[in-house]
Parts: sequence; C-alpha cells; structure tokens
Amino acid sequence: MNKELVGVYTVWLRDVKRYFRDKPRVIGSFAQPILFLFVLGTGLASSFSVFGGGGGENFLNFMFPGIVGMTVLFTSFFSAMSIVWDREFGFLREILVAPISRTSIVVGKLLGGSTIAMFQGSIILLFAPLLNIPVTFVIFFKVLGIMFLISMTISTMGILLASVIKSMQAFQVITNFLLMPMFFLSGAIFPLNQTVKWMSIVAKINPLSYGIDAMRYVLLSDPGLQLYPLWLDILVLIVLVVLLSIMGAFLFNRQD
Amino acid sequence: MDNKKKNNNIIEVENLVKDFKGLRAVDNISFSVKEDEIFGFLGPNGAGKTTTINMICTLLSKTSGRIIVNGYDVSTDRNKIRNCIGMVFQDPSLDDRLTALENLHFHGLLYNIPRNALKSRAEEVLEMVNLTDRKNNLVMTYSGGMRRRLEIARGLLHYPKVLFLDEPTLGLDPQTRNKIWDYIVRLKKSKKITIFLTSHYMEETEICDRIAIIDRGKIIALDSPDNLKNKIGGDVVTIQSEDSARFKGYVKDITGIEADDEEEGVIRFEVKDSSRFIPKLIKDSPVKILSITARKPTLNDVFLDLTGREIREENASSRDDARMRMRARRH
Repeated sequence: MNKELVGVYTVWLRDVKRYFRDKPRVIGSFAQPILFLFVLGTGLASSFSVFGGGGGENFLNFMFPGIVGMTVLFTSFFSAMSIVWDREFGFLREILVAPISRTSIVVGKLLGGSTIAMFQGSIILLFAPLLNIPVTFVIFFKVLGIMFLISMTISTMGILLASVIKSMQAFQVITNFLLMPMFFLSGAIFPLNQTVKWMSIVAKINPLSYGIDAMRYVLLSDPGLQLYPLWLDILVLIVLVVLLSIMGAFLFNRQD
Repeated sequence: MDNKKKNNNIIEVENLVKDFKGLRAVDNISFSVKEDEIFGFLGPNGAGKTTTINMICTLLSKTSGRIIVNGYDVSTDRNKIRNCIGMVFQDPSLDDRLTALENLHFHGLLYNIPRNALKSRAEEVLEMVNLTDRKNNLVMTYSGGMRRRLEIARGLLHYPKVLFLDEPTLGLDPQTRNKIWDYIVRLKKSKKITIFLTSHYMEETEICDRIAIIDRGKIIALDSPDNLKNKIGGDVVTIQSEDSARFKGYVKDITGIEADDEEEGVIRFEVKDSSRFIPKLIKDSPVKILSITARKPTLNDVFLDLTGREIREENASSRDDARMRMRARRH
C-alpha cells in the first residue's frame, strides 16, 4: 500500500515539477484568462449599450467565475492529456514498466493536474478585488473545493480520452470539437437560462456547466444567476468523477 | 519468493504466441535464458524481437504461451517481475525536462529504493557511465550517446536481476556505438547480472554467450556465436570470374558443393581450410578468375545461410533513417 502511495506521489511530483520549471507555460497560462476577462469581457459589456439594455458593469462580475472555471478547464485537460505527450516521447514506458499499479499512475496524474489547475485558478482570484468581488478566507476555500471538483472531472475525462487516443493529431481534433464547445456551452461567458432551447439542453449534459454554476454561486451568491441548486452541482460533479475515474482506470489498465 | 525456480534459468518462455489483428508477430517460440549470461536476440527489423521483449517485461499481453521470469509468472505476478528487471527501451524514454539526477530520483521512487540508499546508488551508476559531472544538467542538453548511457544507468539503479537492452545502439554513430558496448561488457564483468539484448547489427551480438536468431516471428537457430559460425562449415569464399555459371559447375565437380550466386559474375560458397583449397582451385580453373576473397564466417553469413536473405536489407536501413529523423525533430 505504502509503495503505491509513493508511486502516486512520484507521478504527481513530476508533473508539478515540470509545470513550475516551464516558465513560459506559467506566464502564458495567465495571459489567456486575463485577455478573456478584460478584453473580451469589457468589449462585450460595452456592446450591450449599443444594442440596448444595460448591466455592462454586472457582466464582468458575471463572467469572472466563468474565467476561473475556464482556467481550471484548460489546465486540467492539458495536464491529463500530457499522457499522450509522454507516450509520444517514450517516457510513458518508463512509468508503465515500473512496479506500481496503473491505478496509482492514474491517481498521480489526476492529482498532479488538479494541483496545477487549482494553483492557476487561485492566481486568477487575485483579480477579484478589481471587480469588487469579495474573496474572504472562507470563500477562498469554497472556491478551492469547487476548483478541485471541476479539475478532477475534466482530468478524468482527459485520462479517459488519452487511453483511447494515441496520436497528437487526434488530440488537436478533440481540442477543437470537444473542449471549445464545452467551454462555450458552460455558461462561463453568457448565461444559459435565457438562451435558445437547444443550447440549454446541450448545457444540461455538459459537466462543466455544473462546475461553473457552483463557482458562480460561491463567488457571487446571486440566486438570479443560478441554473441549479448548489447541492445538485456538487452531486453531479462527484458522481461524474467517480464514474469517469473507474472507467479511466479500467481503460488505462488494459495492456497494449 | 516461494515458487522458486528449480534450475538456473532466469527466463523461461514456452510456446509464446502474439497476434496483432490477423498478423502473427511471434509464432510459437520457446527458449530460456540462463542466469548471468548475455543472451542476444538477433534478427532483422520486424522479426518480433521487441514484441517478445515487451511481453517478457509485462508491457504487452501475450496471445498464448507461458513466460516465467525469476520464478514468477508474467500472467499473475507482473509487479514482482517489474521489480527485478531493468529496461533500456529501443526508443528514448527519459524526461528531457528533468536533470539526469532527477530522472534517477524519479526512477528510485517508483522502484521504492530507500532514500538514503538512492543517493549513493545514483552516484554509483552515474560514475559507471561517466556522467557524474553532467548529473545536474537537463537531459535536453544531452547527446544521443549520453542519453543512452543515462538510460543504462537508470536501468541498473534498482539492482535488477535481468537488464533488457532493446537495440541499445540504434541511431547512434559508430564511435558512440562502440563505447556503449564497452560499457555493457564492463558492466557484465563488474556485476552479477543477466543481460538480454536485441540487435540487428550482426557484429554487435558477438559479445553474447548465446544468440537466438529470430526471423518472421520464429527462432531459427539458438547457440553460441562460435557454434553458429562453425555450422557454416568453414570459411566463406567469394569468387568473381568471367563465366560464373561454368565456374559454379567446376566448383561442384571438385568439391561437391553447390555454390550460390552472390551478384552478377560472383559466386560464394563455404569450404574448410580455404588457404590450402584456393591454390588448388586456381590451378585447374577452366575460367579466368578475376578476384577471390576468403574470410572467416560472420553471423551475417549464418543468417544468410539459414534464410537465404541478408539481415540488413534496404528497407531496414531506411527505417532507421526515418527513426533518426524523428528523433532529431523531437529534440
């Protein structure tokens, strides 16, 4: 048992070490959310006054939890998909031939991805005061918990895909056809409760929309913006993590 | 350690088969590797060498057959086998964003080497492959030969019973290749360890105690390099003459040997004691002889003799080139 824990720790340690060593990646990962929030967000907010309607100020606040969620989404997805990368570069074999179970490898990867995602998400939280969103200690830990759940959901999805997908090309396709739609239809940048019917249906099966919903609840606590009750958000995420990680461990455990 | 092996075979393979979607990559092979020997798999690319190794080292499931490593069955005791084998894969498997020492540290954690032992062992294996002064450099900055050496060092870190080296010199220049083999021979002298290697470079497998020649998924010969070469039946003679068909008939008349056509105008055959035989051959020749070479047989001749093909064919070397290019792109 102890040996497996060391295995989990080792896989986790490598991912975290690699992340912090890769300075361009650390810096680059803050650039995108900031761009989304302050350029796209400000632009969209001012467009409201052109096409009528108000609430531009509130729009940036609305978007903020979505951007935190977006950061967690992309970071944890790419971390999990680094398995494809490791396979391409051969390092995966070094891990696979080691005397630890495949399950420990999967758990190590999941925790590694979550750690990095939670770190990046927390950095985005530093911008909250600019938008007059209060982040107390309690709120911070609640957000941390939601980030962990989102990240575990997305990471397990990533691992599941990585055990099926063997090529970098397929990985690009996935990014465009799964990750981007998931993000757009998650309620991160526009509300889903007033939108067209098909969109709200797709949003219901999108795991990320539950994560964003929970994030928004914790950060803004504005019932008017909620899609579901908080307990439902959390329940859906937990069930997904459990189901997906069982499937992921199973698929990853298959030899060949 | 309960079901301990009865003989001194560290690896036993019986009737091993691997099918890939209708293609039989490994076709019912059986062999055993003795403790503390250097055992070699020799064969062209695609013969099934790596597939077999991957099944023995628990990375690939077998279709049927039995594999026992150090007394453990590969079907039931995967982790126990993983603990007692060291691997140097055909393709690079280092993390080039980490330093040499970090790669070893990572390996040590995975194999549960106690922390205090890990430090001294890392120094020991780095010393063995002459990388001590570069231990804190990122692997990214290493040359191909240095990476290989580091991989060998890493494979030894947990004191395995068997070290697998799958084409350890593939893609390296000749000088570096020689160095790698020096390390391997030195390692064998200094440590009690079994080495299982594969290569498609004939001359490189000469250091083996025993060689299995593998072709199209089957083992077609298994013996010591000397015995394999002795089976050829003497020296290899190639003769270029003005009329090779007629010369072939002449050789058959005086020796009873059916010579093979090597290329246009050139025939080859094997004969005992060529230094005495050749003068006699020249004296009575009905055809003008243009050139004669006689040499000791190599493992390449053994392969040619068994399969009728050269081991290193055109496609093999172009595949190496492609692999090299791929590596160059990656780094």
